[in-house]
Amino acid sequence: MNAQIAPPPAAAGWQAVIGLEIHAQLSTASKLFSGAPTAYGAEPNTQASLVDIALPGTLPVPNRAAIRKAIQFGLAIGAPIAPHSVFARKNYFYPDLPKGYQISQYELPVVGPGKLKVRVDDGRTIEVEIQRAHLEEDAGKSVHDAFHAETGIDLNRAGTPLLEIVSAPVMHSAAEAVAYMRTVHTLVRWLGICDGNMQEGSFRCDCNVSVRRSGTEQLGTRTEIKNVNSFRFVEKAIEYEIERQIRALENGEAIVQETRLYDPTRHQTRSMRSKESADDYRYFPDPDLPPLAIGAAEIERERSALPELPQARRERYIAVLGLPEADADQLCSDRATADYFEAVLAGVPGQAKLCANWVLGEVAAALNENAVEIAAAPVDAAALAQLLSRLREGVISGKIAKDVFAAMWAGEGSADVIIEARGLKQISDTGALATAIDAVLAEYAGQVADYRKGNDKLLQFFVGQVMKRTRGQANPQQLNELLKQKLAG
Amino acid sequence: MSIDSATVRHIARLARLAVAETELESVRSDLARVLHLFDDLAAANVDNLNPLAHPHDQVLGLRDDVADQPDRSEELLALAPAAQGGYYLVPKVIE
Repeated sequence: MNAQIAPPPAAAGWQAVIGLEIHAQLSTASKLFSGAPTAYGAEPNTQASLVDIALPGTLPVPNRAAIRKAIQFGLAIGAPIAPHSVFARKNYFYPDLPKGYQISQYELPVVGPGKLKVRVDDGRTIEVEIQRAHLEEDAGKSVHDAFHAETGIDLNRAGTPLLEIVSAPVMHSAAEAVAYMRTVHTLVRWLGICDGNMQEGSFRCDCNVSVRRSGTEQLGTRTEIKNVNSFRFVEKAIEYEIERQIRALENGEAIVQETRLYDPTRHQTRSMRSKESADDYRYFPDPDLPPLAIGAAEIERERSALPELPQARRERYIAVLGLPEADADQLCSDRATADYFEAVLAGVPGQAKLCANWVLGEVAAALNENAVEIAAAPVDAAALAQLLSRLREGVISGKIAKDVFAAMWAGEGSADVIIEARGLKQISDTGALATAIDAVLAEYAGQVADYRKGNDKLLQFFVGQVMKRTRGQANPQQLNELLKQKLAG
Repeated sequence: MSIDSATVRHIARLARLAVAETELESVRSDLARVLHLFDDLAAANVDNLNPLAHPHDQVLGLRDDVADQPDRSEELLALAPAAQGGYYLVPKVIE
């Protein structure tokens, strides 16, 4: 690993300080405190129960699955899981928050401090400290455009479980922040605790940005960019905000602590509201919910069920399987791909590089072209393993293997069936090969003479002609050897 | 603990309560009396006590992740002062 610890270049004597609050929607069937469904895209208010719309007399009952998923995340970042954590009310008024408070966690979150290794695009590896992760419910959605004098409220999303993952202010460039966000994104999907769908808002982030003079310790006044839901937007928003703050400070202006919105059409941030009553949410323990107790046995159960994590798997692919870093990175970008790769490898033992090439090459290209997820690929791992075995055994050439793969993808059957049906077996029979070579050499006697005078380049020409004659089925290695023999002869 | 009129205005605003200027002083002195009680509580010795988040010594009960609540939107939307196209309507909120 090339972990040279060079700080990112500071813009003209300034250092940016960035912390992210990532909201990951936990993939549960029902809400955090009610039995209403969480499916995306339902008709407005059809998934809002009595609890979600805050009818008087209703009481919240937490969802066991949401809590288990929070524990899994905590274990994956090496954080302590609180034996007792407390749900608190965060009080504010907004029409899409029916109770007038959001149930969140404040002083005692379920997940304590942990850390995550993050590989930045420039090749550095940084360790990002995560201060905490806590459970909270989402608010509803306000619809402003569809009505004239009113705002429409859809409470389907109200009560959806979120895990808010709060990093320390330890990142110093937009690139570092995005790399961290991607790492968290990979991790939550890997664990299966969040679908990571950013278009649907299942994974979004608030960016806290400040700048200070290089070499100084004290943090500058920060601004918060709310609800950014793509990696590119996070990068653009942070870059813009860093520049805006540096320019303001260099002009002798002060930074106002405020919430800003990112406008993706202009790549700018603009002030949303200044925090006149700076974060005065008057948190207090929710009297409806006694403390959440998580026993050691339960934590151990989750720990033992934890999958091998992306970082560990990546390192194993490099150290044990001997794969290049780039291959390991790509294979471990999501668990389905890594699992598929390993299932293929199980069928072609010892051929890690060959399997990686195919998974990242032919398979990835076909998935991309057809917009299919790897789990739904028409060529499953066992089928690909059979194809690669035939390739290894010399039954077919690499070129033919690609054709067979395309046919498999199109549903024409297994590798063996297609090879048999199309008569694609490589000609490894020396006699048959020799006949084909003799015919070619006889046909191109002039070129044979040139070759023998030292024009080595003609070898490829002969290879091509024999391949043509054998419809690509000649074993290339054998062909080369035999051809050289005959030409020498 | 004392409390001034500015603080009363601030918390009234946070709670979206319309406290008239003429009422400010009486609200302030009521609140001051309540806060005085907290001063008494704060004087108690709690050296050997853990912070308490809930008065009952009980553990939170959990439910299984089952989406068993039916769609009652028609019935619930009918309770609202205004609704249209499946949405609850509220006075225009400008972002």
